[in-house]
Amino acid sequence: MTKISLEMGSGGRLMRDFIASRIVPRFKNPILGELHDAAHLPWGIALTTDSYTVDPLFFPGGNIGTLCINGTVNDLVVSGARPAYLSLALIIEEGFELEELEKILESIKKTARATSVEIVTGDTKVVPQGQGGKIYINTAGVGRLLGRPQPAKIRPGDKILVTGQVGEHGLAILLSRNKFPLKAGVKSDCAPLLFLLPFWQEGVLWMRDITRGGLATVLAELAQTISLPLLVEEAKIPYSTRLQGTVEILGIDPLYLACEGRALLVVPARKADEILKKLRSHPEGKKAAIIGEVEDKIGRPGEALLETLTGGLRLLEPLTSELLPRIC
Amino acid sequence: MSPPATIHLPFSNWRTKETADRLLKAIEAETRNLPTPLKLMEVCGTHTMTLHRSGLKPRLRQVGIDMISGPGCPVCITPDYYHEAIIDLLVGRGDILVCTFGDMTRVPTRKGSLQTVVPAPGSRLKIVYSPEEAVAEAHNQPEKQVIFFGAGFETTIPGITFTVKKAAEEKLKNYCLLTAFWLIPPALKAIIEGGELAINGFIYPGHVSAIIGEKPYALVAETYHLPGAIAGFEPADILLGILSVVKQIRSGQPLVANEYRRVVKPEGNVEAQAIMERYLIKTAADWRGLGPIPDSGLKLRPEYSSFDAVRRFSLKLGSGSSARKTACRCGEVLKGLIAPTDCPLFGRQCRPDSPQGPCMVSYEGACLIEYKFSGVKSYD
Repeated sequence: MTKISLEMGSGGRLMRDFIASRIVPRFKNPILGELHDAAHLPWGIALTTDSYTVDPLFFPGGNIGTLCINGTVNDLVVSGARPAYLSLALIIEEGFELEELEKILESIKKTARATSVEIVTGDTKVVPQGQGGKIYINTAGVGRLLGRPQPAKIRPGDKILVTGQVGEHGLAILLSRNKFPLKAGVKSDCAPLLFLLPFWQEGVLWMRDITRGGLATVLAELAQTISLPLLVEEAKIPYSTRLQGTVEILGIDPLYLACEGRALLVVPARKADEILKKLRSHPEGKKAAIIGEVEDKIGRPGEALLETLTGGLRLLEPLTSELLPRIC
Repeated sequence: MSPPATIHLPFSNWRTKETADRLLKAIEAETRNLPTPLKLMEVCGTHTMTLHRSGLKPRLRQVGIDMISGPGCPVCITPDYYHEAIIDLLVGRGDILVCTFGDMTRVPTRKGSLQTVVPAPGSRLKIVYSPEEAVAEAHNQPEKQVIFFGAGFETTIPGITFTVKKAAEEKLKNYCLLTAFWLIPPALKAIIEGGELAINGFIYPGHVSAIIGEKPYALVAETYHLPGAIAGFEPADILLGILSVVKQIRSGQPLVANEYRRVVKPEGNVEAQAIMERYLIKTAADWRGLGPIPDSGLKLRPEYSSFDAVRRFSLKLGSGSSARKTACRCGEVLKGLIAPTDCPLFGRQCRPDSPQGPCMVSYEGACLIEYKFSGVKSYD
């Protein structure tokens, strides 16, 4: 008997296969078939949902409360919608400290206010001790559509941008989950991406928030979506010095570390410099960078390639399994 | 265009294109007139990783160097029966806490992997970053039997063994080690004497050498007349090592060159050697792929056998062949006899998310590295 393994939820190939073979065909319809971060409904709105099971609940730079609002807000933003209303469902394990719950709820309140969304409906369930991981949260969100990702319009020469330094969230979680005796000073980048909304009017062709699986996975999926090769220069990817030092010690590839407040943009070549300048004028976009472009001379359709610092070429595969520190 | 993100880290110069280009040019100057490419073995899995991650392997091929991956991944060369013995304990008893390094938990065996088996109620698996975390667990949970399942080469052996010292000082009665300790120099000797593959020289592992120093490799240069260089782990480190080896080949004077002097002292780490000497004794060991090699392993000395999981739980290791019958050719990959892509399972049944052998499990495994970094798509 086949059982569900953790890897089926890891964001890698097994999960995509699982969704494509067992979920999408059952509920087949044109909206689901698009598999965006949010569904574009015929009434000019986008709908998305996400469940948050982060461990630990509190981490440097945020907690499950900030995450469950920003994550859903960001899914709407990168799908072209201005987030408006959210639902909030709590699944709490018996015995969970009320004080911790209050802290999480306060974070939810603050983050919702900061992102101008309202929580308009919700649900609370308590499950017996041992049957849940302290607290799980689901939020769903709707927003009015301002733009639309247009992967079919992406052409060779179009530029690939990231909106800030990548990998901090994933590293902060990894460090606090494993309680490494390492003072890295790395904080989660958990933040709303609302500042990107006006860019839908600037000619942006595609946006995706860089979450589970990190930059490499988003690039690999983009290449697959548009059936063109991509080439990214390792030297141009913005990382913080702190992160670079820490991943060296742990032997972790930062290209696969998640973010919770960064996005990847594809923009037409002629608009790239102007869009970059505008992104950098926002405090959240100060470290934005053009990291590569859509190719037609190098690589095969659907391949995401990295030009390494040493001038070699490397193929970027989507994340296949959870990141673990190496043995030596 | 945006300016490149500036990197202010001490190692940044070791990865630039300019540095790599210069070193590759120097290597080419040495190999230019050779009729066939040179085959060099990088013994260490972390070197394999650097070569792929930096995209250097194809560039090296252009300058006449074929790199062959050696047996330098402890996860890969530890036979299945170690895992099966620890799985039996975890599933069969309700008072066990197994601590181990991350990639050890995913090795597939006939009994599943440490990550897929369901421990008996009361028993648990914990992934640790440092073996000392296991000692802390034993201290905090006196009702549990804490076993550190430690596979490693000279690099990690002293650190793992150090926990025995700590546990003895704390008089912990509930801590022990399952050691899968492997020594690099005897394995090199076995590979050379095996004679199945023609290697022109070695890139010796940097961190193993930091512990054992230069001397244990002297045999390779003196008896077998094969050149070699100890190298660090930055792309430029490896290129420096390769340059040294090709120069030795050209001059016909094999040496043990040390191109990682900022870390490796000629005598190695004397304190770490003393810990190994005090607590451990040489023993024959069974390497996956290479088979039994005399004096190529270490085990706890008899006076410390109370910390030996094999003794404490009467484990039967290596009774009969426990290898699963599959078409997996990890053994030959580990010897450098075939490339991962020559294995019939590679990229088909055997992928990072469905590994059939340890070389596809470990981050230092030649197959996983080949799969992740070399542009292999699905073979289906």
